Amino acid sequence: MSSYPTDFKYTKDHEWVRMQDGEATVGITDFAQRQLGDIVFLELPAVGQQVKQGDVLGQIESVKAVSELFAPVSGEVTATNAALVTHPEGINTAPHDSWMVRIRASAPAEAGALLDAAAYASLVK
Amino acid sequence: MVEFGGWDMPVEYSGISDEHVAVRTRAGLFDVSHMGEIEIAGNDALALVQWLTSNDASRLAVGQIQYSALTTPAGTFVDDVLVYRMADEHYMLVVNAGNIGKDHDWIRAQAAERGGDTAVVNASARYALIAAQGPQAETVLQSLTAIDLPGIKYYWFAHGEVAGVRATVSRTGYTGEDGFEIFTPPAQADRVWQALLEAGRTVDLKPCGLGARDTLRLEAAMRLCGSDMDEQTTVLEAGLGWIVGWKKQDFLGAARLREQKMNGVERRLAPFEMRDRAIARHGYNVIRDHEQVGVVTSGTQTPFLKKAIGFAMVPVSMAVVGEPLMIDVRGKLVAAEVVPEPFYKRPGRT
Repeated sequence: MSSYPTDFKYTKDHEWVRMQDGEATVGITDFAQRQLGDIVFLELPAVGQQVKQGDVLGQIESVKAVSELFAPVSGEVTATNAALVTHPEGINTAPHDSWMVRIRASAPAEAGALLDAAAYASLVK
Repeated sequence: MVEFGGWDMPVEYSGISDEHVAVRTRAGLFDVSHMGEIEIAGNDALALVQWLTSNDASRLAVGQIQYSALTTPAGTFVDDVLVYRMADEHYMLVVNAGNIGKDHDWIRAQAAERGGDTAVVNASARYALIAAQGPQAETVLQSLTAIDLPGIKYYWFAHGEVAGVRATVSRTGYTGEDGFEIFTPPAQADRVWQALLEAGRTVDLKPCGLGARDTLRLEAAMRLCGSDMDEQTTVLEAGLGWIVGWKKQDFLGAARLREQKMNGVERRLAPFEMRDRAIARHGYNVIRDHEQVGVVTSGTQTPFLKKAIGFAMVPVSMAVVGEPLMIDVRGKLVAAEVVPEPFYKRPGRT
Protein backbone atom coordinates (compact mmCIF):
# COMPACT_ATOMS: atom_id res chain seq x y z
CA MET A 1 0.00 0.00 0.00
CA SER A 2 1.50 3.30 -1.07
CA SER A 3 1.34 6.44 0.97
CA TYR A 4 1.18 9.79 -0.78
CA PRO A 5 2.80 12.74 1.05
CA THR A 6 0.15 15.18 2.18
CA ASP A 7 2.34 18.23 1.48
CA PHE A 8 2.40 17.33 -2.25
CA LYS A 9 -0.15 18.06 -4.94
CA TYR A 10 -0.89 15.54 -7.69
CA THR A 11 -2.01 15.47 -11.31
CA LYS A 12 -4.32 12.97 -12.99
CA ASP A 13 -1.29 12.10 -15.17
CA HIS A 14 0.52 10.86 -12.03
CA GLU A 15 3.00 13.65 -11.43
CA TRP A 16 3.58 14.90 -7.90
CA VAL A 17 4.33 18.56 -7.20
CA ARG A 18 5.85 20.20 -4.16
CA MET A 19 5.36 23.98 -4.08
CA GLN A 20 7.89 26.07 -2.21
CA ASP A 21 8.26 29.84 -2.55
CA GLY A 22 6.57 29.84 -5.94
CA GLU A 23 8.75 27.05 -7.29
CA ALA A 24 7.29 23.66 -8.22
CA THR A 25 9.41 20.54 -7.73
CA VAL A 26 8.08 17.72 -9.94
CA GLY A 27 8.37 13.94 -10.00
CA ILE A 28 6.18 10.94 -10.74
CA THR A 29 4.12 9.03 -8.21
CA ASP A 30 4.61 5.61 -6.76
CA PHE A 31 1.57 4.45 -8.70
CA ALA A 32 3.19 5.69 -11.94
CA GLN A 33 6.51 3.94 -11.32
CA ARG A 34 4.74 0.69 -10.51
CA GLN A 35 2.77 0.90 -13.75
CA LEU A 36 5.95 1.58 -15.73
CA GLY A 37 8.12 -1.06 -14.11
CA ASP A 38 11.91 -0.93 -14.36
CA ILE A 39 12.82 2.57 -15.55
CA VAL A 40 15.94 2.72 -17.73
CA PHE A 41 15.95 6.15 -19.40
CA LEU A 42 14.89 9.62 -18.40
CA GLU A 43 14.83 12.60 -20.74
CA LEU A 44 14.30 16.07 -19.24
CA PRO A 45 13.86 19.56 -20.71
CA ALA A 46 16.55 22.26 -20.95
CA VAL A 47 16.87 24.66 -18.09
CA GLY A 48 15.38 28.02 -19.08
CA GLN A 49 12.64 26.49 -21.21
CA GLN A 50 9.21 28.09 -20.87
CA VAL A 51 6.43 25.56 -20.43
CA LYS A 52 2.67 25.69 -20.21
CA GLN A 53 0.62 23.46 -17.94
CA GLY A 54 0.10 20.14 -19.75
CA ASP A 55 3.13 20.50 -22.05
CA VAL A 56 5.39 17.50 -22.49
CA LEU A 57 8.37 18.06 -20.19
CA GLY A 58 10.23 14.89 -20.92
CA GLN A 59 10.09 11.14 -21.39
CA ILE A 60 10.33 8.30 -18.96
CA GLU A 61 11.22 4.98 -20.50
CA SER A 62 10.97 1.61 -18.82
CA VAL A 63 11.85 -1.81 -20.18
CA LYS A 64 8.27 -2.25 -21.31
CA ALA A 65 7.08 1.23 -22.33
CA VAL A 66 7.73 4.92 -22.93
CA SER A 67 5.60 7.50 -21.17
CA GLU A 68 5.62 11.27 -21.09
CA LEU A 69 6.18 13.65 -18.23
CA PHE A 70 3.75 16.56 -18.33
CA ALA A 71 4.20 20.02 -16.84
CA PRO A 72 1.84 20.24 -13.88
CA VAL A 73 2.16 24.03 -13.84
CA SER A 74 3.19 26.76 -16.29
CA GLY A 75 6.46 28.62 -15.90
CA GLU A 76 10.19 28.46 -16.53
CA VAL A 77 12.29 25.35 -15.99
CA THR A 78 14.89 26.35 -13.39
CA ALA A 79 16.61 23.02 -12.72
CA THR A 80 16.68 19.37 -13.73
CA ASN A 81 17.99 16.41 -11.77
CA ALA A 82 21.06 15.27 -13.72
CA ALA A 83 21.91 12.59 -11.15
CA LEU A 84 18.53 10.98 -11.75
CA VAL A 85 19.13 10.97 -15.52
CA THR A 86 22.30 8.96 -14.86
CA HIS A 87 20.54 6.60 -12.44
CA PRO A 88 16.86 6.59 -13.40
CA GLU A 89 16.29 3.33 -11.50
CA GLY A 90 16.11 5.54 -8.40
CA ILE A 91 12.59 6.47 -9.51
CA ASN A 92 11.52 2.88 -8.87
CA THR A 93 13.03 2.67 -5.41
CA ALA A 94 12.07 6.13 -4.10
CA PRO A 95 9.58 7.83 -6.44
CA HIS A 96 8.55 10.57 -4.04
CA ASP A 97 12.19 11.49 -3.32
CA SER A 98 13.18 11.43 -6.99
CA TRP A 99 12.54 14.93 -8.25
CA MET A 100 12.97 15.49 -11.99
CA VAL A 101 12.30 19.14 -12.78
CA ARG A 102 11.87 22.46 -10.98
CA ILE A 103 9.60 25.11 -12.48
CA ARG A 104 9.31 28.75 -11.43
CA ALA A 105 5.50 28.92 -11.52
CA SER A 106 4.05 31.80 -13.54
CA ALA A 107 0.48 31.06 -12.45
CA PRO A 108 0.61 29.74 -8.89
CA ALA A 109 -3.16 29.25 -8.82
CA GLU A 110 -2.66 26.27 -11.17
CA ALA A 111 -0.94 24.36 -8.40
CA GLY A 112 -3.74 25.10 -5.97
CA ALA A 113 -6.21 23.44 -8.31
CA LEU A 114 -4.30 20.13 -8.43
CA LEU A 115 -5.39 17.04 -6.48
CA ASP A 116 -4.51 16.65 -2.84
CA ALA A 117 -3.11 13.40 -1.47
CA ALA A 118 -6.48 11.97 -0.47
CA ALA A 119 -8.06 12.73 -3.85
CA TYR A 120 -5.08 11.25 -5.69
CA ALA A 121 -5.04 8.14 -3.53
CA SER A 122 -8.68 7.50 -4.31
CA LEU A 123 -8.03 8.11 -8.03
CA VAL A 124 -5.46 5.32 -8.20
CA LYS A 125 -7.14 2.98 -5.75
CA MET B 1 -2.59 -8.59 -16.85
CA VAL B 2 -2.71 -8.13 -20.61
CA GLU B 3 -4.59 -9.86 -23.38
CA PHE B 4 -2.19 -12.01 -25.40
CA GLY B 5 -3.36 -14.33 -28.15
CA GLY B 6 -6.73 -14.63 -26.47
CA TRP B 7 -5.27 -15.25 -23.01
CA ASP B 8 -5.10 -13.03 -19.96
CA MET B 9 -1.44 -13.07 -19.01
CA PRO B 10 0.74 -11.30 -16.47
CA VAL B 11 3.39 -8.97 -17.93
CA GLU B 12 5.38 -9.21 -14.72
CA TYR B 13 5.28 -10.53 -11.18
CA SER B 14 8.18 -9.04 -9.20
CA GLY B 15 9.41 -6.87 -12.11
CA ILE B 16 10.88 -7.60 -15.53
CA SER B 17 14.49 -6.98 -14.48
CA ASP B 18 14.20 -9.01 -11.30
CA GLU B 19 12.65 -11.94 -13.16
CA HIS B 20 15.10 -11.68 -16.05
CA VAL B 21 18.13 -11.75 -13.76
CA ALA B 22 16.62 -14.64 -11.78
CA VAL B 23 16.51 -16.75 -14.96
CA ARG B 24 20.07 -15.82 -15.94
CA THR B 25 21.53 -16.52 -12.51
CA ARG B 26 19.18 -18.98 -10.72
CA ALA B 27 15.77 -20.04 -12.01
CA GLY B 28 12.46 -18.69 -13.21
CA LEU B 29 9.05 -20.23 -13.85
CA PHE B 30 6.78 -19.33 -16.77
CA ASP B 31 3.20 -20.35 -17.43
CA VAL B 32 3.23 -20.67 -21.21
CA SER B 33 0.05 -22.71 -21.51
CA HIS B 34 -1.09 -20.28 -24.20
CA MET B 35 1.26 -22.02 -26.65
CA GLY B 36 -0.57 -24.34 -29.04
CA GLU B 37 -0.01 -28.01 -29.75
CA ILE B 38 -1.00 -29.54 -33.08
CA GLU B 39 -0.51 -33.27 -33.49
CA ILE B 40 -0.02 -35.05 -36.79
CA ALA B 41 -0.21 -38.84 -36.86
CA GLY B 42 -0.75 -41.63 -39.38
CA ASN B 43 1.27 -43.62 -41.87
CA ASP B 44 2.12 -40.51 -43.88
CA ALA B 45 2.79 -38.20 -40.92
CA LEU B 46 6.49 -37.75 -41.68
CA ALA B 47 5.79 -37.01 -45.33
CA LEU B 48 3.26 -34.34 -44.34
CA VAL B 49 5.57 -32.74 -41.76
CA GLN B 50 8.37 -32.73 -44.33
CA TRP B 51 6.11 -30.97 -46.82
CA LEU B 52 4.84 -28.39 -44.31
CA THR B 53 8.05 -27.41 -42.57
CA SER B 54 11.44 -26.10 -43.67
CA ASN B 55 13.70 -28.19 -41.47
CA ASP B 56 14.47 -31.86 -42.16
CA ALA B 57 12.17 -33.80 -39.81
CA SER B 58 13.56 -37.11 -41.06
CA ARG B 59 16.62 -36.43 -38.97
CA LEU B 60 14.59 -36.59 -35.76
CA ALA B 61 14.74 -39.69 -33.59
CA VAL B 62 11.72 -40.49 -31.44
CA GLY B 63 12.13 -38.26 -28.38
CA GLN B 64 13.92 -35.52 -30.29
CA ILE B 65 12.87 -31.96 -31.16
CA GLN B 66 13.79 -29.42 -33.81
CA TYR B 67 13.12 -25.74 -34.41
CA SER B 68 11.47 -25.21 -37.79
CA ALA B 69 9.27 -22.98 -39.90
CA LEU B 70 5.78 -23.70 -41.09
CA THR B 71 6.21 -22.20 -44.54
CA THR B 72 4.03 -20.68 -47.22
CA PRO B 73 4.66 -21.53 -50.91
CA ALA B 74 6.69 -18.28 -50.96
CA GLY B 75 9.08 -19.58 -48.32
CA THR B 76 7.70 -17.16 -45.73
CA PHE B 77 6.37 -17.85 -42.25
CA VAL B 78 2.94 -19.17 -41.48
CA ASP B 79 4.52 -19.63 -38.05
CA ASP B 80 7.71 -20.80 -36.37
CA VAL B 81 7.33 -24.08 -34.55
CA LEU B 82 9.03 -26.76 -32.51
CA VAL B 83 8.58 -30.21 -34.02
CA TYR B 84 8.49 -33.05 -31.47
CA ARG B 85 8.79 -36.59 -32.77
CA MET B 86 6.48 -38.43 -30.36
CA ALA B 87 6.55 -41.84 -32.15
CA ASP B 88 7.51 -43.27 -35.52
CA GLU B 89 4.67 -41.61 -37.40
CA HIS B 90 3.42 -39.19 -34.75
CA TYR B 91 4.62 -35.57 -34.51
CA MET B 92 3.61 -32.68 -32.30
CA LEU B 93 4.05 -29.09 -33.45
CA VAL B 94 4.27 -26.49 -30.69
CA VAL B 95 2.98 -23.26 -32.21
CA ASN B 96 2.43 -19.63 -31.21
CA ALA B 97 -0.75 -18.84 -29.28
CA GLY B 98 -2.03 -16.24 -31.72
CA ASN B 99 -1.59 -18.61 -34.65
CA ILE B 100 -3.23 -21.79 -33.38
CA GLY B 101 -6.37 -21.44 -35.49
CA LYS B 102 -4.53 -20.27 -38.58
CA ASP B 103 -1.88 -23.01 -38.32
CA HIS B 104 -4.45 -25.73 -37.75
CA ASP B 105 -6.53 -24.60 -40.74
CA TRP B 106 -3.39 -24.37 -42.89
CA ILE B 107 -2.14 -27.82 -41.93
CA ARG B 108 -5.55 -29.42 -42.43
CA ALA B 109 -5.93 -27.80 -45.85
CA GLN B 110 -2.49 -29.00 -46.91
CA ALA B 111 -3.18 -32.50 -45.56
CA ALA B 112 -6.48 -32.66 -47.48
CA GLU B 113 -4.86 -31.47 -50.70
CA ARG B 114 -2.05 -33.98 -50.50
CA GLY B 115 -4.21 -36.91 -49.46
CA GLY B 116 -2.33 -39.62 -47.62
CA ASP B 117 -2.98 -41.29 -44.31
CA THR B 118 -2.75 -38.58 -41.66
CA ALA B 119 -4.86 -37.20 -38.84
CA VAL B 120 -4.34 -33.59 -37.80
CA VAL B 121 -5.57 -32.68 -34.34
CA ASN B 122 -5.52 -29.35 -32.55
CA ALA B 123 -4.56 -30.68 -29.12
CA SER B 124 -3.93 -27.27 -27.57
CA ALA B 125 -6.68 -27.64 -24.98
CA ARG B 126 -5.17 -30.92 -23.79
CA TYR B 127 -1.90 -29.39 -22.62
CA ALA B 128 -0.84 -26.83 -20.09
CA LEU B 129 2.79 -25.82 -20.50
CA ILE B 130 5.12 -24.66 -17.75
CA ALA B 131 8.69 -23.58 -18.45
CA ALA B 132 11.34 -23.86 -15.72
CA GLN B 133 14.37 -21.96 -16.95
CA GLY B 134 17.78 -21.07 -15.59
CA PRO B 135 20.99 -22.71 -14.37
CA GLN B 136 19.20 -24.09 -11.28
CA ALA B 137 16.09 -25.28 -13.15
CA GLU B 138 17.35 -28.84 -13.39
CA THR B 139 17.98 -29.09 -9.64
CA VAL B 140 14.54 -27.70 -8.83
CA LEU B 141 12.70 -29.91 -11.30
CA GLN B 142 14.69 -33.03 -10.40
CA SER B 143 13.42 -32.80 -6.82
CA LEU B 144 9.90 -33.40 -8.18
CA THR B 145 10.43 -36.13 -10.75
CA ALA B 146 11.92 -39.57 -11.25
CA ILE B 147 12.76 -38.71 -14.86
CA ASP B 148 16.53 -38.71 -15.26
CA LEU B 149 16.91 -35.05 -16.25
CA PRO B 150 20.69 -35.08 -16.89
CA GLY B 151 19.86 -37.85 -19.39
CA ILE B 152 17.71 -35.49 -21.45
CA LYS B 153 19.93 -33.72 -23.95
CA TYR B 154 19.25 -30.26 -25.38
CA TYR B 155 16.19 -30.48 -27.66
CA TRP B 156 15.15 -33.96 -26.46
CA PHE B 157 12.23 -34.95 -24.27
CA ALA B 158 10.98 -37.73 -22.00
CA HIS B 159 7.70 -38.82 -20.44
CA GLY B 160 7.05 -39.37 -16.75
CA GLU B 161 5.56 -37.66 -13.76
CA VAL B 162 6.26 -34.27 -12.19
CA ALA B 163 4.85 -33.72 -8.68
CA GLY B 164 2.76 -36.85 -9.21
CA VAL B 165 1.24 -35.50 -12.42
CA ARG B 166 1.65 -37.15 -15.83
CA ALA B 167 4.01 -34.97 -17.84
CA THR B 168 6.19 -34.71 -20.92
CA VAL B 169 9.41 -32.89 -20.14
CA SER B 170 11.62 -31.37 -22.83
CA ARG B 171 14.97 -29.65 -22.50
CA THR B 172 13.89 -26.56 -24.42
CA GLY B 173 13.02 -22.96 -23.72
CA TYR B 174 12.78 -19.42 -25.01
CA THR B 175 15.31 -17.75 -22.75
CA GLY B 176 18.78 -18.72 -23.97
CA GLU B 177 19.29 -20.47 -20.65
CA ASP B 178 19.32 -24.14 -19.75
CA GLY B 179 15.88 -25.33 -18.72
CA PHE B 180 12.83 -27.43 -19.31
CA GLU B 181 9.32 -27.18 -20.66
CA ILE B 182 6.73 -29.35 -18.95
CA PHE B 183 3.53 -30.41 -20.71
CA THR B 184 0.80 -31.49 -18.29
CA PRO B 185 -2.97 -31.99 -18.34
CA PRO B 186 -4.51 -28.55 -17.66
CA ALA B 187 -6.53 -29.82 -14.69
CA GLN B 188 -3.32 -30.65 -12.79
CA ALA B 189 -1.17 -27.77 -14.03
CA ASP B 190 -1.74 -25.70 -10.93
CA ARG B 191 -0.39 -28.52 -8.77
CA VAL B 192 2.78 -28.70 -10.86
CA TRP B 193 3.17 -24.89 -10.81
CA GLN B 194 2.75 -24.70 -7.03
CA ALA B 195 5.12 -27.63 -6.47
CA LEU B 196 7.79 -25.97 -8.63
CA LEU B 197 7.37 -22.64 -6.84
CA GLU B 198 7.74 -24.43 -3.50
CA ALA B 199 10.73 -26.53 -4.61
CA GLY B 200 12.29 -23.41 -6.10
CA ARG B 201 12.38 -21.55 -2.82
CA THR B 202 15.85 -22.84 -1.96
CA VAL B 203 17.29 -21.18 -5.08
CA ASP B 204 15.02 -18.12 -4.96
CA LEU B 205 13.20 -19.12 -8.14
CA LYS B 206 10.93 -16.36 -9.45
CA PRO B 207 7.63 -16.63 -11.30
CA CYS B 208 8.10 -14.75 -14.59
CA GLY B 209 5.70 -12.97 -16.91
CA LEU B 210 5.53 -12.10 -20.59
CA GLY B 211 7.82 -9.09 -20.12
CA ALA B 212 10.82 -11.11 -19.01
CA ARG B 213 10.02 -13.80 -21.56
CA ASP B 214 10.45 -11.16 -24.26
CA THR B 215 13.64 -9.57 -22.89
CA LEU B 216 15.21 -13.00 -22.30
CA ARG B 217 14.43 -14.34 -25.76
CA LEU B 218 15.69 -11.18 -27.40
CA GLU B 219 18.94 -11.20 -25.44
CA ALA B 220 19.42 -14.76 -26.72
CA ALA B 221 18.61 -13.50 -30.27
CA MET B 222 15.63 -15.84 -30.54
CA ARG B 223 13.05 -14.52 -33.01
CA LEU B 224 9.46 -13.68 -32.16
CA CYS B 225 7.19 -14.72 -35.01
CA GLY B 226 4.68 -11.99 -35.78
CA SER B 227 7.16 -9.36 -34.67
CA ASP B 228 10.55 -10.21 -36.21
CA MET B 229 9.08 -12.13 -39.14
CA ASP B 230 5.70 -12.92 -40.63
CA GLU B 231 4.03 -14.07 -43.84
CA GLN B 232 6.05 -11.44 -45.75
CA THR B 233 9.42 -12.65 -44.46
CA THR B 234 11.24 -15.64 -45.88
CA VAL B 235 13.14 -18.03 -43.65
CA LEU B 236 16.42 -16.74 -45.11
CA GLU B 237 15.49 -13.09 -44.67
CA ALA B 238 14.89 -13.89 -40.99
CA GLY B 239 18.49 -15.14 -40.83
CA LEU B 240 17.35 -18.70 -40.18
CA GLY B 241 19.04 -20.59 -43.00
CA TRP B 242 20.06 -23.20 -40.42
CA ILE B 243 16.45 -24.40 -40.13
CA VAL B 244 16.21 -25.19 -43.83
CA GLY B 245 16.75 -28.83 -44.75
CA TRP B 246 18.51 -28.16 -48.05
CA LYS B 247 18.87 -31.87 -48.78
CA LYS B 248 15.13 -32.48 -48.51
CA GLN B 249 13.39 -33.28 -51.76
CA ASP B 250 10.55 -30.82 -51.85
CA PHE B 251 8.61 -28.76 -49.36
CA LEU B 252 6.44 -25.66 -49.30
CA GLY B 253 8.52 -22.68 -50.31
CA ALA B 254 11.57 -24.74 -51.28
CA ALA B 255 11.89 -23.19 -54.75
CA ARG B 256 11.89 -19.64 -53.41
CA LEU B 257 14.34 -20.45 -50.63
CA ARG B 258 16.70 -22.24 -53.02
CA GLU B 259 16.53 -19.29 -55.38
CA GLN B 260 17.34 -16.91 -52.52
CA LYS B 261 20.17 -19.12 -51.36
CA MET B 262 21.64 -19.07 -54.84
CA ASN B 263 21.17 -15.36 -55.64
CA GLY B 264 21.16 -13.90 -52.16
CA VAL B 265 18.44 -12.07 -50.27
CA GLU B 266 17.68 -8.38 -50.68
CA ARG B 267 17.01 -7.73 -47.01
CA ARG B 268 17.87 -9.48 -43.82
CA LEU B 269 17.18 -9.32 -40.10
CA ALA B 270 20.17 -7.66 -38.41
CA PRO B 271 20.92 -7.76 -34.69
CA PHE B 272 21.91 -4.32 -33.41
CA GLU B 273 23.10 -2.61 -30.29
CA MET B 274 22.34 1.03 -29.53
CA ARG B 275 25.31 3.40 -29.43
CA ASP B 276 23.26 6.35 -28.17
CA ARG B 277 21.23 6.18 -24.97
CA ALA B 278 17.82 5.12 -26.26
CA ILE B 279 15.67 2.09 -26.91
CA ALA B 280 14.64 1.44 -30.50
CA ARG B 281 11.33 -0.36 -30.35
CA HIS B 282 9.23 -2.44 -32.75
CA GLY B 283 8.07 -0.34 -35.71
CA TYR B 284 10.69 2.42 -35.48
CA ASN B 285 12.28 3.29 -38.83
CA VAL B 286 15.89 2.79 -39.89
CA ILE B 287 16.98 5.87 -41.82
CA ARG B 288 19.74 6.35 -44.40
CA ASP B 289 20.23 9.60 -46.31
CA HIS B 290 16.88 10.92 -45.05
CA GLU B 291 15.06 7.88 -46.37
CA GLN B 292 13.50 4.97 -44.58
CA VAL B 293 15.46 1.87 -45.54
CA GLY B 294 14.43 -0.55 -42.82
CA VAL B 295 12.40 -1.10 -39.69
CA VAL B 296 13.05 -2.24 -36.14
CA THR B 297 11.25 -5.53 -35.47
CA SER B 298 12.18 -5.95 -31.79
CA GLY B 299 14.00 -3.76 -29.30
CA THR B 300 14.47 -3.46 -25.60
CA GLN B 301 16.84 -2.58 -22.82
CA THR B 302 18.17 -5.92 -21.58
CA PRO B 303 18.25 -6.24 -17.82
CA PHE B 304 21.21 -8.63 -17.72
CA LEU B 305 23.60 -7.18 -20.31
CA LYS B 306 22.28 -3.72 -19.49
CA LYS B 307 22.38 -2.69 -23.13
CA ALA B 308 19.71 -1.54 -25.53
CA ILE B 309 19.52 -4.14 -28.30
CA GLY B 310 17.19 -5.27 -31.02
CA PHE B 311 16.57 -6.65 -34.49
CA ALA B 312 16.00 -4.57 -37.59
CA MET B 313 15.00 -5.67 -41.08
CA VAL B 314 17.44 -3.84 -43.35
CA PRO B 315 18.90 -4.06 -46.89
CA VAL B 316 21.37 -6.94 -46.94
CA SER B 317 24.23 -4.50 -47.64
CA MET B 318 23.62 -3.04 -44.18
CA ALA B 319 23.23 -6.35 -42.38
CA VAL B 320 26.94 -6.68 -41.70
CA VAL B 321 28.65 -6.57 -38.33
CA GLY B 322 29.99 -3.09 -37.61
CA GLU B 323 27.55 -1.31 -39.91
CA PRO B 324 26.25 1.90 -38.31
CA LEU B 325 22.46 2.30 -38.28
CA MET B 326 20.51 5.48 -37.66
CA ILE B 327 17.12 4.88 -36.10
CA ASP B 328 14.26 7.35 -35.78
CA VAL B 329 13.32 7.20 -32.10
CA ARG B 330 10.21 9.35 -31.75
CA GLY B 331 11.50 12.04 -34.08
CA LYS B 332 15.14 11.94 -33.04
CA LEU B 333 17.84 10.12 -35.02
CA VAL B 334 19.92 7.92 -32.75
CA ALA B 335 22.92 5.72 -33.51
CA ALA B 336 23.06 1.93 -33.40
CA GLU B 337 25.45 -0.63 -34.82
CA VAL B 338 25.00 -4.10 -36.27
CA VAL B 339 26.56 -6.69 -33.95
CA PRO B 340 27.04 -10.46 -34.03
CA GLU B 341 24.32 -12.69 -32.59
CA PRO B 342 23.45 -13.92 -30.05
CA PHE B 343 23.72 -10.88 -27.79
CA TYR B 344 23.95 -13.28 -24.85
CA LYS B 345 25.33 -16.80 -24.79
CA ARG B 346 25.14 -18.76 -21.60
CA PRO B 347 28.43 -19.83 -20.07
CA GLY B 348 29.60 -23.42 -20.47
CA ARG B 349 26.84 -24.48 -22.82
CA THR B 350 27.38 -28.02 -24.03
